[in-house]
Amino acid sequence: MPDAILRVFRGDNSGGATVDYKVPLAPGMVVLDALHSIQAHQSPDLAVRWNCKAAKCGSCSAEVNGRPRLTCKTRMDSLPLDQPITVSPLKAFPVIKDLVTDVSWNYKVNKKIPAFTPRTDVEWKIDQRDVDRVQEFRKCIECFLCQNVCHVLRDHAKHESFGGPRFFVRVAGLEMHPLDGASRTSLLKNEMGLGYCNITKCCTEVCPEEIHITDNAIIPLKERVVDEFYDPVTMLFRKLRGS
Amino acid sequence: MTANYETHEHDVLIIGAGGAGLRAALEAIAQGARVGLVCKSLLGKAHTVMAEGGIAAAMANVDKSDDWRTHFCDTMRGGKFLNNWRMAQLHAQEAPDRVRELEQWGALFDRTPTGDILQRAFGGHTFKRLCHVGDRTGLEMIRTLQDRGVQLGMDVFMECTVTRLIKDGDAIAGAFGYWREQGRFVAFKAKSVVIATGGIGKAWRVTSNSWEYTADGMALAYEAGAELMDMEFVQFHPTGMVWPPGVQGILVTEAVRGEGGILRNKLGERFMEKYDPKRMELSTRDVVARSIYTEVKEGRGTEHGGAYLDISHKPAEYVKKKLPSMYHQFKELADVDITKGPMEVGPTCHYMMGGIRVDAETAASTVPGLFAAGEAAAGLHGANRLGGNSLSDLLVFGRRAGKAAAEFAAKSPATNLDSSQLEQAEREMLAPFERSGGEFPYPIHHDLQETMQNLVGIFRNEEDLKKGIGKLEEFKLRLTKVRIDGSRMFNPGWHLTRDLKNLLLISEAVARSALARRESRGAHSRIDFPNYDPVWEKKNNIVVNDRDTMALHEHPVPEMPPELKQLLEEKK
Repeated sequence: MPDAILRVFRGDNSGGATVDYKVPLAPGMVVLDALHSIQAHQSPDLAVRWNCKAAKCGSCSAEVNGRPRLTCKTRMDSLPLDQPITVSPLKAFPVIKDLVTDVSWNYKVNKKIPAFTPRTDVEWKIDQRDVDRVQEFRKCIECFLCQNVCHVLRDHAKHESFGGPRFFVRVAGLEMHPLDGASRTSLLKNEMGLGYCNITKCCTEVCPEEIHITDNAIIPLKERVVDEFYDPVTMLFRKLRGS
Repeated sequence: MTANYETHEHDVLIIGAGGAGLRAALEAIAQGARVGLVCKSLLGKAHTVMAEGGIAAAMANVDKSDDWRTHFCDTMRGGKFLNNWRMAQLHAQEAPDRVRELEQWGALFDRTPTGDILQRAFGGHTFKRLCHVGDRTGLEMIRTLQDRGVQLGMDVFMECTVTRLIKDGDAIAGAFGYWREQGRFVAFKAKSVVIATGGIGKAWRVTSNSWEYTADGMALAYEAGAELMDMEFVQFHPTGMVWPPGVQGILVTEAVRGEGGILRNKLGERFMEKYDPKRMELSTRDVVARSIYTEVKEGRGTEHGGAYLDISHKPAEYVKKKLPSMYHQFKELADVDITKGPMEVGPTCHYMMGGIRVDAETAASTVPGLFAAGEAAAGLHGANRLGGNSLSDLLVFGRRAGKAAAEFAAKSPATNLDSSQLEQAEREMLAPFERSGGEFPYPIHHDLQETMQNLVGIFRNEEDLKKGIGKLEEFKLRLTKVRIDGSRMFNPGWHLTRDLKNLLLISEAVARSALARRESRGAHSRIDFPNYDPVWEKKNNIVVNDRDTMALHEHPVPEMPPELKQLLEEKK
């Protein structure tokens, strides 16, 4: 089989440039295999995150030819091999080195979300249909590709006031759990900036787990926020009560 | 004096953030201990996410006759009676509570029509016993534990690698390591340490394990003086992907067989009829892996050297619902639609039954203050682990380790970090940067994997094992001359150099233990000693560091009390 050229970003938070590497192709090869080949034979200090290599852990996210992808799931033969394949780090997060970015912000956002709060007044029986609805959200492998493409983060850098699709998905999983007794609507409205999302569905498009982030998580959550804070009757009642 | 190093102080330090480490952390926090959790990757990425099929727990939601006694007997039989009986008993008794607890923390398992947790069949389990979420049970478990830890304010040190345990006299005093990001060194002061670092899968070429599984915890414990046990027992999962080459070894869950998948050779024969006519595809993993290997070796393998595993006789929607990640994995990585045709599968290195020798009740190692749980510990699974018993192991013994480590810490005075040990650990890490010339670490890793694959694999014999041990000595020498390119900042070549030291050390423990056990039992198959030996049924192999040489001795398998012996007789 012929060779491919990988054009990989090399550098750190002070800057960097792309470097071209020639990599021999093998049947069924994925971009992560090509990066490993570079490490083993050409540049052992090429920084890449990866773990399961089976699209189950969400570690190896990068931008391949400008498109956010899991590199373990991106087949080389799905790319135009007559030109160099560019591999760059996720844009929405600061670069640490090469393809490794500082994703610690996500872990900070996660801490703000009140945990599952089991209801105590019920028998612990759950219908499979309720499980299915919540399991869609719990499929998330935290690859942060949705965070990376969300324009609120990528273009407007609203990291301080916005939670991002990943964490709307997490909140949806909690809010729609049939036996959860907590409410997270004021968190969504105030601290997670749900209103910034104007449902362009970029997140849904890149999700490797095919979670319908916008339709099944964000829009229902927006509806809950509206019901609680913008319902005309409730608003009037609040006004009269002076709260 | 630790002024030179960034230093953190805790009562309990937990190394590893998979299921066992997280469960240990939760329990130690519940006991009131100050807990630090260190992991090589980002939180939530440990190999527990790869566990697919389910958690074995005798909840009797589907098969009403199930109880802990049957689970205990299945585990002992699967382990060919080399298991620590008390661990097997505790595991079977406590697993159902550990599963129910997960649901109180937000996990959601698949349901029965009456709204209870659904359970599926698995190899070696008498009843439908595996609580599951489609084929991504491990992700559900790790996310649940992670979220619970976040809720309790768990102190996590992500992308941080421990390279040495620090001792104060005979007891554990803490650990030394480095931050992967910047390469800075860090010291941890702790009254007790729990090792939950998983296994050694990266020593083999065809493996389901990620880069993390380099036997770190076993090596740290060994160097600190702890005993290792049953190191000859390495589980080859019968079904890994075999084609294309890049995906070779990636796990194909046993749940495919649990849901009715059938194994055939290239002649279309359902060959398990020959090897285990009673249990067929749901025989134990050691038997199925050897059967596939034998079919291939005798010329009845598939085009790419495996067996066919077929689930396409089930309705497509059912397959997609029960095995969604298998469906996607084959479609995207191998261009195979498993609802329409068979998968090609073959054995892949998957799990280490052996590990740090621990006390059944407390998970304490033979070193005061050092505890171990999960794959890093030995005892529960004996000579062969049943599918589904790993996730329950993580929960049951993770909790026990966390509890005992917190109790130990509460009784212990403050420890001191000996600066000479820290400095020695630092020098060891910096040495490769001082060398010029020499080879990169990757070729040594490649050669190690070939050696373990070919000489210390599914079938073994004396000649191969001796040759393997000789090769390991050569690799150790080569490792002392390895060269590092670049800086200390996120440098995989540097990291691998350190990990290789652990891999070589513990690979030697595997090969030496395999050489010593002159019989075939469970996952350990000797061509030159193909039968069970009743004498060896009474002995565990122990590996210990004796003044810097690896010493082996035998330890009697703990005697089972009469009531459990009777139970095994009754449930034959």
